[in-house]
Amino acid sequence: MTVSRFRTIVYIAVAIVSLAGLADATYLSVQALTGETLGCGGSPDCFRVLGSAYARIKGIPVAFIGVLAYFSAFTFATFAVFGYARARTFLVPTIFAMFLATIWFLYVQAFLLHAYCRYCLFSAAVTFLLTGLIIALPPGRSRSVS
Amino acid sequence: MKRYLPFVIVALVALATLGSGAMLYRAKRSHVTAITEDKTTVVSDAEGPHIRGNPNAPVTLEEYGDFQCPPCGKFAVFLGEVEKEYDSRLRVVFRNFPLKMHEHAREAAIAAEAAGLQGRFWEMHDVLYREQETWSTAPNARELFESYAGTIGLDLDQFRKDMEGEKAKERVDADRHRGESLGIETTPTLFINNQPLEQKDRNPEGIRAVINAALQKKSQS
Repeated sequence: MTVSRFRTIVYIAVAIVSLAGLADATYLSVQALTGETLGCGGSPDCFRVLGSAYARIKGIPVAFIGVLAYFSAFTFATFAVFGYARARTFLVPTIFAMFLATIWFLYVQAFLLHAYCRYCLFSAAVTFLLTGLIIALPPGRSRSVS
Repeated sequence: MKRYLPFVIVALVALATLGSGAMLYRAKRSHVTAITEDKTTVVSDAEGPHIRGNPNAPVTLEEYGDFQCPPCGKFAVFLGEVEKEYDSRLRVVFRNFPLKMHEHAREAAIAAEAAGLQGRFWEMHDVLYREQETWSTAPNARELFESYAGTIGLDLDQFRKDMEGEKAKERVDADRHRGESLGIETTPTLFINNQPLEQKDRNPEGIRAVINAALQKKSQS
């Protein structure tokens, strides 16, 4: 397998895995919009995590930011598959930022809230997988579309 | 064509995300209906609801609450402020809606109703919310409920009998069935003059705005 082909496969994998994260973040955003996380009724641990002050930044649910992040990762990976050179330039810092955010949210769940939301853990797993895929990318320049 | 393919794929995913999000939102949004005569007669109040404030107040705030639900506990604090603020213009109705996910919620609701049988429902209501963090995590919440009963001056033997009796349990179940008939799934669920509070109004400013609008409507009619 050539390096170029391997890179393409990794970008395709990143795009597909990002879709899973996008679906998860979309579900959490809808929960935030419907107010399901503000009252009791669903999963108690999800309520404790998603209803906490850490689940919003200046009133904006972090799930919305998650939707934007996963959609960005998907977009950059898709463009990278088609040889857009700049896509990788944006993809790597995006996933690195998502990785750092995931570490923070895991810390919040484990040490501050003492509760885990399964949707948040799924999102963390997706981000770790994306980070692993990006690390697996061989160094070098992407071919560019003229 | 290949040049435009990534744009098409990204646009399709964006549309699919927005579409599925919108469909999910429609499916999950609250289906709580207004309280109508038809609904209230489905599950009638044998003894009348628990009311605090002026019984003839122009605005009625009806809460379906769970004593073990943390947002209900926070709401109870806010409700106290609102009751003082609106004084004789507001009456508050409380109905039990203990959620199955909360281990001690039903027992707490029964404790409140048992206190109600001695005319001290609201005193127990206030203590249960104030001490929520303590009894929610206690292995034997019943002992704490009995200590609260003593604190608010109940006849303890009678309280214990009422906790075991059918009357308090029946009231809790009647409230819950009534809530279910209105489509309630989460707590706290609020109604102001029989109209369910919309999601956008589930905050202190929103609640005050709805109460003010209801007062204005009453003064005009």
